[in-house]
Amino acid sequence: MFLQLFFIYCALMIVASGVLAISLRNPVHCVLMVLVLFFHMAGLYLTLNAEFLAAVQIIVYAGAVLVLYLFVLFLVNLREELHIDAFIPSPWLGRGIATGLALALLAVLPSFTPGSKGQWSVEAVREMTHTVVMGQEMYSTYLLPFEIAGLILLVALLGGLVLARREENSFEALTKEAISSGCACTQSKEVSQ
Amino acid sequence: MNIIMLLVWILILFAVVMLHVAYATYFERKIIGHMQVRVGPMRVGWHGLLQPIADGVKSFFKEDIIPENADKPTFLAAPIICLVAMMTSLAVLPFAKGWVLADIDIGLLFIFAMSSLASYGVVLAGWASNSKYSFLGGLRSMAQVISYEISMGLSLVGVMLMAGSLNLTQIVEAQGDSFLGMYLMPQCIGFFVFFISMLAETNRVPFDLPEAETELVSGYSTEYSGMRYAIFFMAEYIGMMVMASIATICYLGGWNGPFEVALFPPFWFVLKVYLFMFLFIWIRATLPRYRYDQLMDLGWKLLIPLALANIVLTACFRAILA
Repeated sequence: MFLQLFFIYCALMIVASGVLAISLRNPVHCVLMVLVLFFHMAGLYLTLNAEFLAAVQIIVYAGAVLVLYLFVLFLVNLREELHIDAFIPSPWLGRGIATGLALALLAVLPSFTPGSKGQWSVEAVREMTHTVVMGQEMYSTYLLPFEIAGLILLVALLGGLVLARREENSFEALTKEAISSGCACTQSKEVSQ
Repeated sequence: MNIIMLLVWILILFAVVMLHVAYATYFERKIIGHMQVRVGPMRVGWHGLLQPIADGVKSFFKEDIIPENADKPTFLAAPIICLVAMMTSLAVLPFAKGWVLADIDIGLLFIFAMSSLASYGVVLAGWASNSKYSFLGGLRSMAQVISYEISMGLSLVGVMLMAGSLNLTQIVEAQGDSFLGMYLMPQCIGFFVFFISMLAETNRVPFDLPEAETELVSGYSTEYSGMRYAIFFMAEYIGMMVMASIATICYLGGWNGPFEVALFPPFWFVLKVYLFMFLFIWIRATLPRYRYDQLMDLGWKLLIPLALANIVLTACFRAILA
């Protein structure tokens, strides 16, 4: 009973904060709404006995990823809103498509059936604690996929480093150009005056 | 009935921690005073013992000023986010055997999650105040907390490997009650990294750049006044206490000591926590502040590689011995 109430509360909050995150005007408020959303996602994981996932959800998504989003928002500092022409001309067409998609999703929902049960029953997981079970499975049965995922992340990290390096070089080249062309900044100042 | 008992325990813990916070400020002012050959607070009560109470009453009755162009809901919420995140992590700390509100299996991760949330309070305070000093303080604090959270998490992985658990009670029990069982010696590299990261996480000297008075007035809390400022203050001191408790639990054997104190089981725990609090204050009284680039260099180029090396070493020893 309590679990069900908790689930309903989390689900409602996820939907509400998700809608607010895309409808609020201030980007920082939007990020805060996403923070609330992540919190309730962690709550949902807790109802599934996945406490490790819940903690990682908060540490990684709320603690690191979202903070970096905030950082970008602060550094970009949008003073005025950008207005872009809508992809779909009439808003009602978009709303119609969205409703259609939602209805299709609801229609498919009854055909959902849980898959076959693995060797870890809920009791076995609870006895050994979720974190231990997950670690054992990940580093024995699923070692290869885990390593592949690690490699892909490493490639992304190196890619980021390479991109950052290149920018630094081009900045040096730019400053050299500026020096060789005889202080471009004073010229532009004169033009603006 | 169970819930009522739990509520009573929460209230007791809350009251004790709040008194602790009040007297930690007294402790700090007295120690720094004596280190600088002054006497510290003397006027209110015997040797200034009632000074924290007077401060609390004063900040409670001060006017609560909200800047005109501040983002009001965020400005009001920021100190509360800070305090709630810090207070929540108190729930998983084992003060003595069985003296813990929630003995959960992911205790250590829970503390990380809460300390990363506390940084939101600081950065939102900086942004919502709509002041340049506050904003710069908030940005600095955010960058600092993200960088040092990594090295702190990695340094504790060694402890997790040795104890084989994330449960704080089990970590203490894995160290046994002998002097050599403490993880301080086998995890000396980890402790070194953890201690420095601990200072940076709590924004203490020599890493107090977010509230560097000489350049940023008071950093993220510049625009706050009265009770809201006091809430930031409380959050900072509770943060210090939580970090000191984690250091005690993970490296100094928690509540275990040379002999048991039957009347007051958390005796050794409190003593060790106050040892760390004293270290915090001692460092504040002696060391100058780091420069910002030095802070980032130290975190990324020294502490994180050291913590990674510590993980590899610990894992190798575990594999050989097991």
